[in-house]
Amino acid sequence: MKTDFWYRFFRNKLAVAGGIVVVALFAVSLLAPWIAPCDPNEINIDRVLESPSSEHLLGTDQLGRDVLSRMIWGSRISLKVGFVATGIAILVGAVLGAVAGYYGRWVDSVIMRFVDVMLCFPSFFLILAVIALLEPSIWNIMIVIGLTGWMGITRLVRADFISLKERDFVQAARVIGAGDGRIIFRHILPNAMASVLVAATLGVAGAILTESALSFLGIGVQPPTPSWGNILTAGKDNIDIAWWLSLYPGLAILITVLGYNLLGEGIRDSLDPRLRE
Amino acid sequence: MVSYLVKRLLTMIPLLIGITIICFVVIHLAPGSPTDLQTELSPHASVEARERLMALYDLDKPIHVQYLLWIKKLATLDLGHSFSPDGRPVVDKIAERLPITIIINVLSMILIIAVAVPLGVISAVRRDSLFDKATTIFVFVGFAIPTFWLALLLMILFGVNLGWLPISGIRSLNYEYLPAWQQHVDLARHLILPVLLSAFGGLAGFSRYMRANMLEVIRQDYITTARAKGLSERVVIYKHALRNALLPVITILGLSVPGLIGGSVIFETIFAIPGMGQLFYLSVMSRDYPVVMGILFIGAILTLMGNLLADVSYAAADPRIRVSS
Repeated sequence: MKTDFWYRFFRNKLAVAGGIVVVALFAVSLLAPWIAPCDPNEINIDRVLESPSSEHLLGTDQLGRDVLSRMIWGSRISLKVGFVATGIAILVGAVLGAVAGYYGRWVDSVIMRFVDVMLCFPSFFLILAVIALLEPSIWNIMIVIGLTGWMGITRLVRADFISLKERDFVQAARVIGAGDGRIIFRHILPNAMASVLVAATLGVAGAILTESALSFLGIGVQPPTPSWGNILTAGKDNIDIAWWLSLYPGLAILITVLGYNLLGEGIRDSLDPRLRE
Repeated sequence: MVSYLVKRLLTMIPLLIGITIICFVVIHLAPGSPTDLQTELSPHASVEARERLMALYDLDKPIHVQYLLWIKKLATLDLGHSFSPDGRPVVDKIAERLPITIIINVLSMILIIAVAVPLGVISAVRRDSLFDKATTIFVFVGFAIPTFWLALLLMILFGVNLGWLPISGIRSLNYEYLPAWQQHVDLARHLILPVLLSAFGGLAGFSRYMRANMLEVIRQDYITTARAKGLSERVVIYKHALRNALLPVITILGLSVPGLIGGSVIFETIFAIPGMGQLFYLSVMSRDYPVVMGILFIGAILTLMGNLLADVSYAAADPRIRVSS
């Protein structure tokens, strides 16, 4: 089973490309202090808004800071937001989905109605409203993105639980006296992790996109901390003179999100080739 | 059909209650109490004055009573007054900005259907062709591209470098002095980029969905039957298959409503369009809580309406839905 998975995964060129992008991003953000050519926060008033040159490969921003270095450090933000927000979404989504699917009846109806209600809110509205009430900080953003993104995972896990709970191995566990908690978390949940893994990979991509949009609007990661989104804000403010401030950070977001999406789809296709259209 | 409609309306009641509860909880997340704004400014405000204000806003009552009182106000569409200096009713502020947001969203939905349906159908019919592969790449890029970034690039290209299109607002400065037909042209020119961009995100998802749908339908027995009857491929695809593949699209249109409305915050802010999204952004920045909550509530109601409209039209178009549910 496992070797089948890797065999199928490595035959899928797009999935491998996505995986390479993701691994490369990890490397860049881990090695940021060593590979960034300049200090990302070093202000140089004499060299404001310089176009790309051999000294500043991607130019400088409105305070004369090196854009490439800021983007390299900004990758850490994307990585952090992507993983923490998705982690929260999985935690909430998987627990609620497991409980709804396992217990059924009124527990299921209450949780699923709650999911329906949450889905009525445009998630960007909900995120903005909560950020307006709290302070815009990276932690608040991660938590809010996570807390507004768990509904899809709940539906997936619930569906898996409904079909898995009737299986023989669950009956067997019950017969030897395993409690509900043990059956849910030790016996059924591991079998439902495949679909969660796929949803999580795609969720990281979504969280990165949302963070960049929030930072772009000035309600996300606050300067001087560099994030791809807030570099783009400077790009918008200098739209008629500094195209490089707009082009490169967006390209970084595009490639990152594309990487996670391709990886996620690749994992799904490799886990179960029948799911492929 | 009537019984379906009644059933469908009944399922909306718990959702509606849920929406109000979430809005209410979010309001109470706000640090401090709403009266702080009025008492903080005057350090001499006595305890009594504070209590009088608390009573005025019913803040001295237990939480469930507060909720019921709030619901009562909601029922008469009273969303309170804005904290901004004009202090106007929230409902008025939203009402004057809602039309432009709805117009842009409806236009982009039309654009999505007009482009995504043929795109999806052709790539399904010519599966694995060059066209199909190009569409697939477009779809993946469309999923991953940050819309606000695309907006910046198009602004640089069409607004700054080529100077073809205006990049801000919905009217030119000399709008008042233009003859009527030129006013329409002016408005249209201002709307091109925003509509294009708000459609872009949906385009990718929609054409992919359409393709999958079409592939599914083509496999069905009745398509084989149609071919066996000797019908031309054209009739089989565009008459028999397309009609069936289009049905579920109605549902997806309904589901895309929250995404479109949420997205309006981003592109209305970028293009300085005086719609509900921009109002939301401005209110968030100035912490105008009553307006923020009002728009959050209206946004959820619009989504609910979108889903209802989609389900009802689906039932009207497909008798199987009416009977089975």
